[in-house]
Amino acid sequence: MNEREILEFIAVLLILLGSILSVISAYGIVRFPDVYTRSHAATKSSTLSVLLTLSGAFFYFWISESFFSVRILLGILFVFITAPVAGHLIIRAAYRSKVKLSEITIEDELHEVLHEEDKEFIHKDVLEKEDREKILRNEDKQK
Amino acid sequence: MAFQIVINLIIAFMWMFLNESYSAPGFIGGYLLGILLLFLLSKFIPGTFYLKKFFKIISLILLFIKELISSNIDIVKLVYTPNPEVEPGIFALPIEVKSNWEITLLANLISLTPGTLSIAVSNDNKQLFIHAMDIDDIEESISSIKNTFEKAIMEVTR
Repeated sequence: MNEREILEFIAVLLILLGSILSVISAYGIVRFPDVYTRSHAATKSSTLSVLLTLSGAFFYFWISESFFSVRILLGILFVFITAPVAGHLIIRAAYRSKVKLSEITIEDELHEVLHEEDKEFIHKDVLEKEDREKILRNEDKQK
Repeated sequence: MAFQIVINLIIAFMWMFLNESYSAPGFIGGYLLGILLLFLLSKFIPGTFYLKKFFKIISLILLFIKELISSNIDIVKLVYTPNPEVEPGIFALPIEVKSNWEITLLANLISLTPGTLSIAVSNDNKQLFIHAMDIDDIEESISSIKNTFEKAIMEVTR
């Protein structure tokens, strides 16, 4: 009985740690200056907090009711895989829609690379338009 | 690697048929025997012995978890300093890994390490653009961490 209580205490401690971390990550989202630094706080700490809470719940049910929940393990796996991808996509979308960065030091080639891409894209678009117009004119002539 | 696992499963089933005991312990005994046979015959089977790769995958997962915890400690420190003097920035990291699978894994690892977040992959798959929390003092050490990650990933996939 005593051993069981100690193990239950560990599970409860894991859940408490997870909730504290999620509070800290929410606080970080409020405090940091721009989207990019905010998503630093959002992706990392919230991932770990969810993982800790889920594993705490897993241990608790395993010990107190001897119920081995595979679903919680799968949930841990899925969160672990998808959270960094979500952070990457949000920050990438923010950069593509030209959200400004705060006091930046080095904005390396990404800006230039994207700029060049835009230029090429516009250029291509214009060319296609001209081609289309030419084709239309030719058709008119043929008629 | 998949070929060796299939061979190992076949040996385990053969062991079960030879013993005429169709139970989990019989299967495990056959599987262990198959590991021994594959280890002895690893010179004649193409590819490296697959348990080596298995242990490398496990060490990669452990590295993932360790980095996740240390990055969280960093974030907690940053949140609780009154006026954090950070200088965020974006830098390009040339990468050696080629296939899409490896690049995805590397980007995810970088997103979960202290002070870095991957923003974009260049069109020719040769550069990774990374947003760093504090670009001055970390860039050197970060590139060394990247080297360890890239090495670990390459050891798993090649």
